[in-house]
This record gives sequence, C-alpha cells and structure tokens, in this order.
Amino acid sequence: MKDKLHQLKLKYEGKKMAPAFNALHTFLYTPNETTHSGAHVRGADDLKRTMNTVIMALVPCLIFGMFNAGYQQYIAINGAPENFSLFNDFLTWSNFLVGLTTILPLVIVSYGIGLGIEFLFAVIKGHEVEEGYLVTGMLVPLIVPVDTPLWMLAIAVAFGVVIGKEVFGGTGMNILNPALTIRAFLFFAYPTWMSGDKVWVHGAVDGLTKAGSADAISGETILGSLAQGTSNLSYSLSDMFYGFIPGSVGETSKILILLGALFLIFSKIASWRIIVSGVLGALAMGLIFNGIVDAGWLPTYSKFYTLMSFPYWQHLLVGGLAFGIVFMATDPVTGSQTNRGKWIYGFLIGFMSVMIRVFNPGYPEGVFLAILLMNVFAPTIDHYVVRGNIKKRLKRLKTATIYPKTSDEVDSLKTETA
Amino acid sequence: MSKDIRIRKGLNINLVGAAEHTTSKAVTSNVYALNLNEFHGITPKMLIKQGEEVKAGEPLFYNKNKEQMHFVSPVSGELVEIVRGARRKILSLKILADKTQEYMINKVPDLDTADGAAIKNYLLHSGGWPFIKQRPYDVIANPDATPKAIFISAYATAPLAADVDYVLKGKEQELQAAIVALGKMTPGKIHVSIGNSARSPFADLKGIELHKVSGPHPAGLVGTQINKIDPINKGEVVWTVSPQDMVILGELLLTGKFNAERTIALAGSVIKAPKYHTTKIGAEISTFLYASGVSEDRFRLINGDVLTGSKTTTEGYLGFYNNTVTAIPEGDDYELFGWNKPVFNKISTTRALTFSWLQPKKKYDLDTNTNGEHRAFVVTGQYEEVFPMDIYPLQLLKACMVKDLDEMEQLGLYEVAPEDFSLTEFICISKQPHQQIIRDGLDLLQKELG
Repeated sequence: MKDKLHQLKLKYEGKKMAPAFNALHTFLYTPNETTHSGAHVRGADDLKRTMNTVIMALVPCLIFGMFNAGYQQYIAINGAPENFSLFNDFLTWSNFLVGLTTILPLVIVSYGIGLGIEFLFAVIKGHEVEEGYLVTGMLVPLIVPVDTPLWMLAIAVAFGVVIGKEVFGGTGMNILNPALTIRAFLFFAYPTWMSGDKVWVHGAVDGLTKAGSADAISGETILGSLAQGTSNLSYSLSDMFYGFIPGSVGETSKILILLGALFLIFSKIASWRIIVSGVLGALAMGLIFNGIVDAGWLPTYSKFYTLMSFPYWQHLLVGGLAFGIVFMATDPVTGSQTNRGKWIYGFLIGFMSVMIRVFNPGYPEGVFLAILLMNVFAPTIDHYVVRGNIKKRLKRLKTATIYPKTSDEVDSLKTETA
Repeated sequence: MSKDIRIRKGLNINLVGAAEHTTSKAVTSNVYALNLNEFHGITPKMLIKQGEEVKAGEPLFYNKNKEQMHFVSPVSGELVEIVRGARRKILSLKILADKTQEYMINKVPDLDTADGAAIKNYLLHSGGWPFIKQRPYDVIANPDATPKAIFISAYATAPLAADVDYVLKGKEQELQAAIVALGKMTPGKIHVSIGNSARSPFADLKGIELHKVSGPHPAGLVGTQINKIDPINKGEVVWTVSPQDMVILGELLLTGKFNAERTIALAGSVIKAPKYHTTKIGAEISTFLYASGVSEDRFRLINGDVLTGSKTTTEGYLGFYNNTVTAIPEGDDYELFGWNKPVFNKISTTRALTFSWLQPKKKYDLDTNTNGEHRAFVVTGQYEEVFPMDIYPLQLLKACMVKDLDEMEQLGLYEVAPEDFSLTEFICISKQPHQQIIRDGLDLLQKELG
C-alpha cells in the first residue's frame, strides 16, 4: 500500500492533478519529506494536527446538536416532558435519527462544496491543498439553523470560500473568517429564512407541527423572544447551560463548548487570551446595560428594556456568543496575531457582541457581526501593538554608541582635500 | 563582577547520543578542505595556484573587497584541487597534507604595548580575522568598523552541542591572550556569558564582563545574550567570537602559529559511542566518524548541531566554525496517519495529542522528517513561547518575506542572526524555512543599506 502510493505520487509529480492526489495521500500517510536547510529536526506538529485538534473539540457539539435537533422537534410536537430525564427524553435513538437525517446532509454539503472548491483552486493554481477548510467545513453546519435548505448552504459555502478566502490567496491569507462569511451571506441573502421563529426547529417550516400547538410552541430562540419583549422565559438556566434550547446546531450546549474551550486551551491550539478577554468583554457590556436599567435611566416601555435588563452573565448562556468566542474568534489567521493585541481583540468581540445583540433586535445574534467587524480591525490592533515595540527600539536608538568607520574617516579626509 | 541572565522562554531539545566526556585523538586526515560557503558574503581571490605548496597558516586567498583579510591554510601541504561551481565560483579548496607539518611563524605584536590597529592588522594578515563575526548581518566582521562591544557565549544550550567548559579546559592562557587582544579593538566591554552550574575556564579571566546565564535553549545563543545585555541599535556594530575559536586566536597571538587543532564533539543517536575527538579544521569527517561506530547505513551527517548545522556526507570535511558533528537518522519514510494519532516519540510545544509535555527530561531520537508539509503561516503566538528576544518573530519573518526594508529595520533585523530563528523553525507548524528567510533578509538589508 505504502509503496504503491509512493509510486503513484512519483507518477503524478509535476502533473496538474498532483495537488489533489497529494492532498488525499497525505491524509493517509505523513509524507516522506525530509529537511533540507535550516533546522535538521522538526517538531511533531503540523497544520493537519492543529486543525484536527479543533475538530475534535467540535465533535461533541455536533453530536449534541443532532440529539437536540430531534429533541426540539419532539417538544414542539408533544410539548416539553414533565419530568425531564436525560436518557429517556434526550439521548434517544429517535432524537438522534432526526438529527442525523437533518444535520448530516449539512455537514456533507459543507465539506463537499468547500473542499471541492479548495481542490479546484489548488489544481488550477498549482499549490498544495491547505488544511484550513477542515475546520471551516465543520463550523459551518454548527452555526446554521437546523432547517437551512441545502441549496442555500451550497451557494453560501461557495461564496464564502471563493470570496472570503481564495481571492485573498487561500488559507492563511484571508481577512475574514470564512465560516462567518458563509453565515453572514446566509443571513443577508435569505433574511426571512435565517431569522424569525421557524428555522430553529426541524419541521417547523413545513408545518409539520400539530396545527393546535404550532403557535403555542414556536421554535423561537431565547434571544428572539427577548428581542420581542418577552421577559418570562420558558427555559431554565440549567436548560441554557446544558443546551436543551432551540438555536443553531452547535451553539446551544454551553457545557460542551466550555469543555471544548478547556481542551483547546490545554492543547495550546486556541489562544486563551482571546477566550478570556472575550468573556470579560461580554460581561463588561452586560454590566453596563444592567447598570443603566438599575439606575432607572431607561423607561420600561423602551424596546431595549427586556434585553438590557437581562442579567449580564446570562448573555453567555444564550445564543452563539460562547461558541463564537471559543471557536470563531480564536481563528489565528483572521484574529489578532500579537499577544497584547489578542487581549484587545477578544475583549472588543465580547463587548460588541452584547452591544449589537441589545441595540439591534433585527440581529439578535450579534456575535458573528462582532467577530467579522473585529476581523477587519485585527490588523490595525496589531499595527499599534507592533508600533509600541518599534517605538521602544527607536527610543533606545538615542543612546546608541556608534563609532565612525575607519574608511569613513579616510573618505571625509579625501573630500576635504579635494 | 557578574550579572545574571535568566531566560524563561525557550525549549530544550533533549536528544539521545550526547558526547561523553572522553577525548581521543582522531586519525590524521590525508586531505583537508575549506568550504568557502561558510565565509558568507566573501568573494575570494586566490593567492596560491593549484599544485603549489603551502605551510600551515600561509594565506590561500584574500577577500576581494578587503584585501588585507587573509584566509589561511589549516595545514601544510599541496593545494590539490580548487572546486568550482556555476560561473566558476570557488566552492572549496582541498589540501593534501604533508606527513610532517610545517608552520608559518608570524611576527607577533607585543600584547602589552600594541594598539588596536596593530592587533587588527596582525589578525587580518595571519588568518585569525575570519573567526570574528559581526552583527548586524551575521557576517565576518568588517575591520573598518569599531564595535561597541564584543560578545562571547561560553554556554552551549543547543541540542547535543559540545560542552564548552569541557573542550576549553586548560586553555585559560590562550583565552586570556585573545581577550586582551580583542579588548584593544573596542572601546566597549567584552561580555562573556557562562553557564550557571559548571566551572568555566572564563571565570577567572581579566578584562571581561562575566554574565551567568540560565534557562532553556536559546539561552546559550549569543544573539539572545546580546538582546538581554545590550541590544544592538541601528548603526551599531557588535562582534561575536565563539569560544573555541578564541583558543586558535590566542595561540596565534602568543606563538605566531595558526594551529587549526580543536576538540570537537561527535554526537547523535546514530553514533554508537559518542565522545570528543581532537582534530583540525577541514579534516575529513571519516577520520573520526567510524572510530566511534555507526549504527545505521543511511543517516544525516551534520556539520554543527541539529538546529543550525549544515548537511554534509561521510566524505565531507569538518567546517571552519564547527565544534560539533552530529549524526541522526534520516526520516524519509511515510508514517500512517502521522497527523492524527497520538505522538509519544517526538517533541512538541503543543499538547495536541502530542505528549512530550509529560516527560520534559526524556531524551528523544528525532529523525530528519519534517513531520508535515510546507504551509502558509497560520498559527500565531507559538513562536513567542520559545523566542526570548524583545522582537516580534512572526512579523519580522513576514517583513523579510515581502522584502519591506523599513519594516525589517524597525522590527529589529539588525539584532538577529539566522541561528536565533532555529528554534522557531523547529516548532513551526507551517514548516517554513525561518533561517533561510532571515538570511535572505539580512543579505538584502546589507546590499541595500550596508
């Protein structure tokens, strides 16, 4: 097997299809490439391993999302179970099957279209297929509503990969997070599908839910109902924390996101600075809003009242904020690259997310807009951080001890005599 | 007086096959060679024709741009071959050694009374000058410039590198002579960094500023020490000399003889009995390689340590600046699912199913496999963990890649040498050639502004 593939690799070498073949080959075998210059030994990590680690952190969210899709449909039809039992009501085969049949196609379309485009570009441009899309392809199905039509997803993925990434030169060169570009495309191209109370529960769009109960239990997200001024939520805090709530596929279970975050921080793949400062930023903005409400500056009839009075720390439990901070804001390519910049970048993402969430009820999910906005500003943040280092160097320059070169002295003598 | 430098950022790469503290004399080599690529940026002009006889210490060629700068023969014998490459560029010179060695005896200036210019002139003509390197640009020092300070690192932290304290034992006299001479060429200080634990031959020498360094690699790299002691500013020049070269300089100043002999460490997992050997610059590596036993047929032979050395073969020659020769296994084999399975036998700074963090003291047998393919820069914040200088490594590398001269200058390219980026290159997830990028950047900067 190993030798056969090696022969094939040699056969394809220099041909147009080589990148495509190598991409598949390297999935099976780490290449036989050895060092030529510089350090003769190299560390164990490569980009595939890095991306794989992120995917491992995402898999629990995906599986939970599958169960939750089934569960949300079940309670939309039958009403919430009176005595909720994790194993009898949630982790059931029927729930999983509903989730599998709705979410697996999303995953397949996301990877199929996205990797297809990556391979195409690699073959046309003659470079290797880079691994960036492995994570993007996994993120996309996790941040879209369950019932996103596949054709919409396909168009959005094509747009996101080409415009969000390939036009900039591919992996490592893009300015905006490709997964969020895809999400933003969906949101703005098909606004009626991507918001409102239908898409979040599988089957709600088709009127699959019973006629009598469809209005009573709509598939609205918590943020959606808050934005409409409903302050008595039908979900408990533990529901929000464990994730038994409607929402995008992967974003609901905060405990699994927390575990994923801990895993990524421990494995040193994601920046803990961005995650911590992102949480701090969200809490800070939430506290400011709570303070405004407590100070009585805001009349209760204001349309912002319910969202502003929403306890600050609970912002982290609803919507995609936690998921965004852990898995999207930490994208190293589009985020800040300096350690100090990461603190600022993460903080502003958390801060802006809650601000957008509260001030624009049309975009209850502020986190993706906040991250995209900060993606654009990340180079600016880095610029000023790096400037600080340059300034330090320039300051040092004033005390520099520079001795004239002996040849300079000779030269200056020459000009004097001339 | 000593000042302590503690380095916290870095990574010790512990490899199997460290040289034992025993020295044997290598078999005398028949042919000696000088590899001219080692003298970066020097355009050689030959003084000796092919077939002519030279004495040890007699000039072979000079630097076309600085005619006083002579490069001398390490041994006496016949210049048998001038190896040329494309456009007749001289690649290396081979000398067939005489059975009995004859030395050219230079007239030594009096160390107590001679001034800096006299010392400079002596070292330039007698062949000692190429041992003095300068920063910026990491090239052989420009004799026209006056350095603000001279730095010597007598503490080796690179993987499997020769133990400086061991190879310099008993050489205090030569070292002191070299220090006196170097001290005359700078109005500044001579900074010598030594390890914290061992007894260094530099400890009692006069005329130096002694620093005790501790911490992981790259604590022992002179660039790290410069950055912590007295960083280089634009326009400033510092010189660096490696300690084993100081011995040759010292002997040259005391006796007038260019004695190319040095003790080198032969190390690496492929070597059965890794230890030290005394030999000469340019000697055939095979004269001491097989004496220690080699456990594999195919292996990577490196002139220098595994991070910064240059590739050579069993027919190769000991480099001009090297005191370590390393042999490690080649890694030109595929590994099934190498990218996702847990890794226990390789070093990593992450914990992405790599488990080297569990056993920081474990010794590893690394091969030359890149463990992945070349990619664009993706991950951030990892180089900073092993890069102790007050410089943004990723930004500097990118500035070099896009050839942005202003940015390169502002981000501190003057302060670094390629070797300072060897550790970031080792851990690089995107497998980018950091040292080459920095070298190209330095060459460009020197060409445009130097």
